[in-house]
Amino acid sequence: MTALLDVAGLCRRFTVGQPGPIERLRGKRPGVLHAVDAVDLRIGEGEVLGLVGESGCGKSTLARVVARLIDPSEGSIRFAGEDIGQIAARRFARHPLRRSIQMVFQDPTESLNPRWTAFDCIADPIRRMDPGAAAKVADRVHELAALVSLPETLLQRFPHQLSGGQKARVGIARAVALRPRLLVLDEPTSALDVSVQVVVLKLLDELKRRLGMSYLFVTHDLEVVRLICDRVAVMYLGRMAEVGTVGQIFERPSHPYTRALLSAVPSGVPGRTPQRIQLSGDPRSPIDPDPRICRFLGRCPNGTERCGTEMPQLRPMGEGHVAACHLADAA
Amino acid sequence: MTAPPLLAVGDLSVTFRTRAGPVKALERVSFAVDKGETIAIVGESGSGKSVTAQAIMGILDPAGRVEAGRVYFAGLDLLRASASELADMRGREFAMIFQNPRGALNPIRTVGDQIADVLARHEHLKGAAARDRAMEMLALVKITDPRRRLDAYPFELSGGMCQRVMIALALACRPALLIADEPTTGLDVTTQAAIMDLIGELGRSRGMATVLITHDLGLAAEHCGRIVVMHAGHVVEDAPAAQLFAAPRHPYTAKLLAATPRPGRHLEDLEAIPGGLPDLRRADLPGCRFLERCDRAGEPCRAPALDAIVTPSPDGERRVLCVRPLMGLAA
Ligand SMILES: Nc1ncnc2c1ncn2[C@@H]1O[C@H](COP(=O)(O)OP(=O)(O)OP(=O)(O)O)[C@@H](O)[C@H]1O
Ligand SMILES: Nc1ncnc2c1ncn2[C@@H]1O[C@H](COP(=O)(O)OP(=O)(O)OP(=O)(O)O)[C@@H](O)[C@H]1O
Ligand SMILES: [Mg+2]
Ligand SMILES: [Mg+2]
Repeated sequence: MTALLDVAGLCRRFTVGQPGPIERLRGKRPGVLHAVDAVDLRIGEGEVLGLVGESGCGKSTLARVVARLIDPSEGSIRFAGEDIGQIAARRFARHPLRRSIQMVFQDPTESLNPRWTAFDCIADPIRRMDPGAAAKVADRVHELAALVSLPETLLQRFPHQLSGGQKARVGIARAVALRPRLLVLDEPTSALDVSVQVVVLKLLDELKRRLGMSYLFVTHDLEVVRLICDRVAVMYLGRMAEVGTVGQIFERPSHPYTRALLSAVPSGVPGRTPQRIQLSGDPRSPIDPDPRICRFLGRCPNGTERCGTEMPQLRPMGEGHVAACHLADAA
Repeated sequence: MTAPPLLAVGDLSVTFRTRAGPVKALERVSFAVDKGETIAIVGESGSGKSVTAQAIMGILDPAGRVEAGRVYFAGLDLLRASASELADMRGREFAMIFQNPRGALNPIRTVGDQIADVLARHEHLKGAAARDRAMEMLALVKITDPRRRLDAYPFELSGGMCQRVMIALALACRPALLIADEPTTGLDVTTQAAIMDLIGELGRSRGMATVLITHDLGLAAEHCGRIVVMHAGHVVEDAPAAQLFAAPRHPYTAKLLAATPRPGRHLEDLEAIPGGLPDLRRADLPGCRFLERCDRAGEPCRAPALDAIVTPSPDGERRVLCVRPLMGLAA
């Protein structure tokens, strides 16, 4: 499989806590938040990569950088052989590759224009990016609405008149309108009920097969990962903790964070609480982190002295399976 | 003689005015929650879960109107309470976590100030005391580096962090009733487990009652004693969790369970629920709003109005709104 997307050494930092003038005189400095830190990532043509990790670990930031909505602080992003990491996000908005990478946002309410009807929200990318199709916009919108099983009667409603799941479907219809090659999905199913989730997952699966679309699929739902992803990347506090196939990650997790995560999946059986691996201890701060210390140290059940002096790098655990832990053993 | 429930909703009906006619969003919705109890409301998107919560809290969209019904909270009829009485109770007696956390937070105030505002209003805490309490609250919902995060604006936080700030805001004043609308959709399973443990703990220690609105049946199974299933504005089933999962009575509940991902199930095994919700503006809505999607429907199902069938059981009564309920093993 040739890589459609190849990301290397990607960093995205934010300045936080800008001091006021008096604080500055007292020597207070702003902090630097390392949201994404030295991340490598590859997605093949027609491949679905799941991205999971603790809330706040940098998944949305990574997704937005990859979708070229915000700029990286460092690192390269190659898409279909072209380095698009150097193109400023604002310029990329008018770049010919723009329509090839589309995004479905985490919060459907935030991403839909409140003054547009569902119809206009879906029609917008077609009108903007595909002038040739403008004459057939109405047909395309109805086709797309059917594709995501959004009832036609809802097309004339405004976002505030739609339920959460209905809005999420508008967001997906809008993103696939231009048949992108890479779809970046930030928790596309978290607002959906199980029935629509099945419809959407089957739809995404079919689009992938039919059009060879690739997905970067950010989700918290590990069952969804199992259903739709080929490979999984597990992030922890800005860094990649583990990457492998779905089988490798679910059956032979190597990183202690991955193990803890998998142990907390609800059993789905009343009264049966899973045997969770408890993560005690304080999580480390992503603001001005020490580059030598493993980000998981402090919560890791088996941290050693070495973990506090040397940042673990990704090491092979098996064919196409890597983990960033000094103590992990190759299978 | 058992104590009356903390919250009792009876025959609640809500209609929205729209340009295309009235939307009968809720019809005769009834359920109850005891002190210290956690119940779940589940159901497809658009089934009226959020509208139910909004009606209880007295924050319906201006286009919405309570047509009939009762909402008793600690013996007080909330539908007849004055606006100022309600405003005073909101936040202190009952608190709500909204489905769209980023939208529900004030974008131009830091999260620390927003929590302090609530504490000042309801607990008369000010200055450093309020700040300390706010920091404690952030730590309680597992926000890393809470001291520095007090000064963060909502846009600087991840989706799941905003969600946890909302939870902190709701819990800050020790409410007797918490209505949580999809509180953990944006959270990874380890953080989700920590939050649900916190809610469960507050139920045990302070007697806080919780209404958990969720799409996640696995989560509901694990954390809720009782489950209320809604469909198209009706409560179609209300039963102890264990019984509902072991032997659903309403055909809709059974379909919902069949659409739920579980270990060992593949995408092909999952079945979306056929058809969609009926148009709630229709004048000729049948008494059973699931009729047109149901493979068990027959002549008796066409009655213009249905009454719930109530059966007692050792763990509390079961109610089902169906003339031909499924009769599984657990009778
Ligand atoms: N302001 C409004 N005007 C018209 N219809 C409305 C309004 N608010 C809600 N509705 C309708 O009421 C019904 C119930 O909506 P509600 O938001 O309660 O659904 P929900 O069960 O919370 O769904 P979700 O799981 O997607 O959040 C839907 O059909 C919705 O379109
Ligand atoms: N504009 C910003 N300014 C400052 N900090 C930011 C900004 N955007 C994100 N961050 C920080 O970057 C980190 C990663 O955030 P991100 O939204 O990528 O997390 P996430 O993994 O998507 O979390 P979630 O699962 O909760 O959505 C967080 O600590 C967040 O506070
Ligand atoms: Mg996110
Ligand atoms: Mg809702």
